[in-house]
Order: sequence, then C-alpha cells, then structure tokens
Amino acid sequence: MQNKQFVKVRADFMPDGRVIPLKFRTEEGPAMLIDRIVDIRPAPALKSGGQGMRYTCRVGEHLLYLFHDRSCWFVEPMEVD
Amino acid sequence: MDRVVLHVDANSFYASVEVLYHPELRGRAVSVCGDPGERHGIVLASTIPAKRRGVKTGMAIWQAKQVCPELICVPPHYDLYIHFSGMLREIEESWTDRVEPFGLDENWLELTQPGFTMADGARAADAIRNRIRRELGITVSVGVSFNKVLAKLGSDLKKPDAVTVLDAEHWRERVWPLPVSDLLFVGPRTTRKLLPLGIFTIGDLACAPTEVLLRKFGKNGLMIQCFARGLDESPVRPSHLSEVVKSVGNSATTAYDITSPEGARCVCYLLAESVGARLRESGFRAGSVTLSARTTELEWSSHQCPLCPPSHVTEEIGAAACALFARRFEDQLPLRSLGVSCGDLVSDRDPLQVLLWGEERRQRLEALDDSLDGLRRRFGHQVVRRGIVLSDEGFAELDPKDDNIVHPISLPR
Repeated sequence: MQNKQFVKVRADFMPDGRVIPLKFRTEEGPAMLIDRIVDIRPAPALKSGGQGMRYTCRVGEHLLYLFHDRSCWFVEPMEVD
Repeated sequence: MDRVVLHVDANSFYASVEVLYHPELRGRAVSVCGDPGERHGIVLASTIPAKRRGVKTGMAIWQAKQVCPELICVPPHYDLYIHFSGMLREIEESWTDRVEPFGLDENWLELTQPGFTMADGARAADAIRNRIRRELGITVSVGVSFNKVLAKLGSDLKKPDAVTVLDAEHWRERVWPLPVSDLLFVGPRTTRKLLPLGIFTIGDLACAPTEVLLRKFGKNGLMIQCFARGLDESPVRPSHLSEVVKSVGNSATTAYDITSPEGARCVCYLLAESVGARLRESGFRAGSVTLSARTTELEWSSHQCPLCPPSHVTEEIGAAACALFARRFEDQLPLRSLGVSCGDLVSDRDPLQVLLWGEERRQRLEALDDSLDGLRRRFGHQVVRRGIVLSDEGFAELDPKDDNIVHPISLPR
C-alpha cells in the first residue's frame, strides 16, 4: 500500500451544496492548480484506502484522483485500465 | 398484486469497511474484535479468509487465534460503520422510500407496485448491488422474494456479492431442504428442541403437525411454521416511521466483575442516570423498573418492581433498582453485567397524582435532573457525577447513555 497523501485544498462551496476544488498542496510540495475536473462521483480509494467523493482532476498533463472522505482530502494516482 | 421484497445484506460489514480503509489487509485473515481490556474481547466480524479458517462471529479472541494463528485483530470504528450504513441506506432509498433497517448492515426494501415482477426485482437487486460496490467499495448479497423472511433467507444463500431469487413457483425446492436453523428466529436452542420431534429441515418444519409445535413453543411455534410455509405478511416499514416505545433500558458489562453490593449500587445508579435521561428526552415516565443481571457463569435473570407514581427521576429509578438488587441479587455476587430497564411508559404530559407526602421532594428532584441534563448537554456526561459512582473509579468512567449503540430489530410483528 502506498502512504495516503493528504492535501490542503482550496475550494468553491456552491450555493447548491456542491464543493468544487480549485487547487491543492501537499505538506511540503508546491500548490497545484486544478485545470479541469473531468468527473465527480462517490467511489472507494482502492490504492490508499478510504471512500468518498472522488474528483478526477486534470493538473497540467496529468490526471489524478482527489478524494474528499468526510472531513479530509487526499490524492491518489489514477488507475490505468 | 404480487409482492417484491429485497433483503440487502452487506457481507462481513465491519471487516469489509476496515479492509477498505487498510488496503494492506486485503486478502488476509482479519477480524474486527471488541476490546479485551473492557471484556468485550470477542470477534464481531471477519473477512472471508478468516471465516474459511474457522473463525466465527462471537468467538473469544483467544479461541479465534487458536483456529487461525495468523489472524489479524483490529478494533471496531463504529462511527465509520454508521457512516457507511447511512450511505447504504441512501443508495437503497433512491429505489424506494420503503426501506426498513435490520441492524446496521441489513435492510429490507419493498419494491411492490403494479406491473413490477420478480424479474424486475432481480434486475433492481443487481443494479443496487453493482452501485454499492462501485460507489462504496464493499459488497452486498441480495435476496429477492415475495416476503421479508424468504428475502432474508435468500440473501444468506449466496455470498458474497450475489443475488438470489426465491419466487413463488420455485422457492420450496431451494428452501425446504435447508437445515431448520437457517430460518429467521430459529436459533440453536429452538433447533435443539426441534430435533426430538424429527424436524431437521425447513421442509420438516413446514409439514410438522401444528398442534405439536403450538404445545411445545406456544405462538412462536406457529410463527416459525408460517415462515417455513412461506407465509409472512409483515410489511416493510419505512425507517422514518418511529416505533412505539415500550421500554427504555441500558445494560453494561463492566471492565471487571462486580463483587460487592457497593459496586452493584454504583452501576445501578450509573445505568439509572442513563435510563432516566433517555426517558426525559423522549417525554416518558415509567411505571415499572426491571433489574437484570448476568452472573460470571453467564446465567441471566431479571426481576421487576412497580414505580408508583410513574417517574423519570434518576434518584427514584436508581433507588428502585438498588432495592431490587438488595432483595434479589445480593446472594448472586459476583456479577458480570447489570441492566436497568423501565417499562409501563406513560407520557410525561399526562396528569400526575399529586403526592400527599413527598410532593415537594419529587419536584426538587425533577428540577435537579433538569439542571443536570442541561449541564451534560453542554459540557459532556462526566462534568457532574453522583457521589455514589465515585465509590468505584473503575465503574465511574462508564457512560452508558452515549457509549450505547442500539441496533434496531424489527421482526416479529
């Protein structure tokens, strides 16, 4: 198992209750701007463990999963099928 | 109109959630176990590899380790299970508003509507099963049938992650050859009593002479025979319909045996605090108090006394419980657990007979409880405690009200 990579997130809280993350940063890393959110759905985090609202995000050239599990946020590299 | 009832049962629920949060445990023999330090050291749920090695729910941890030495025991996280239970319910409620819980991990769904067939039910079951796996990462088994009892039996037939349909034409072929203990409400004790009657399978039970069952088991005999015959009309009750409350009670297995009358009185008052607070919260007064006890040999007994006039005052409930203890249980020490329960409930808005003597005291005690409830709501249970509970620091840490999780039970009706 990889270590769960928790992140700090800046997000828009929409009037209809949706939460749209805008950028995130790991403990020591630089802030990563989310260029586009490709998909939002509840899903399990099979690699790092957990479950929550999964945002598939495009950051530069990369796609990754950003999870919102109850009160915390973490990132996971996207599965390649 | 033919009924279509689903029973959705999360497979090894606690263990599945733990493995989901700890992927390094995937594929290994894992059990969720209570805290042995608090004498709750039993297996609560296990993964499939652990079950294959012979680990069973309810086993003591040492027994489980004996049959499966590489067993990994993890502590339970009830807040997480309650969170998952809510999400399960939410998914199910997107199909129907008639969802009835049976514990944290099982729900019945009533999908009956004009033109909705058993085949439609099976398709819905498949869709629900897939969605739960995709969104929550845990698996469920679904039973589809025309009543709740058979739907529940169906969900037990194929595990994990499967759908079993028991329709009106074919259910007998599948169900009647099964051991009678597979039927809901036929536990080990009933199974033992059925053996001398030559009843081994559910089919035997269905065909047994009704008067014999009635004589041996009373109305419960009639009920289990109806179940075996596929006769169960009980409706799926939507979860928002609250139950009619008949009693309010709490019990506690203490961290070490209760060996002295003082210790027992301390636990009685602790439980009375919780029961009283819950009565007041729900707007009831109780007309009777029941004290139950389990000895260290695990023998269970209970005794009851009236509470006249009906009351929700902690002091009166505690005093009644202590009096019961002194009269009935003192010679049974040491005890493993004690329970206080209040019945014969009346609304606290009903008119109450004013006491000729003691009315002022009662009003003072009610005002005191009111203030204590307010303090505890704001600052937590331990902010103010009775002197008597300090007589034993080990028991004083108990918070039966907030530590208690009540798992709903719905059948029989």
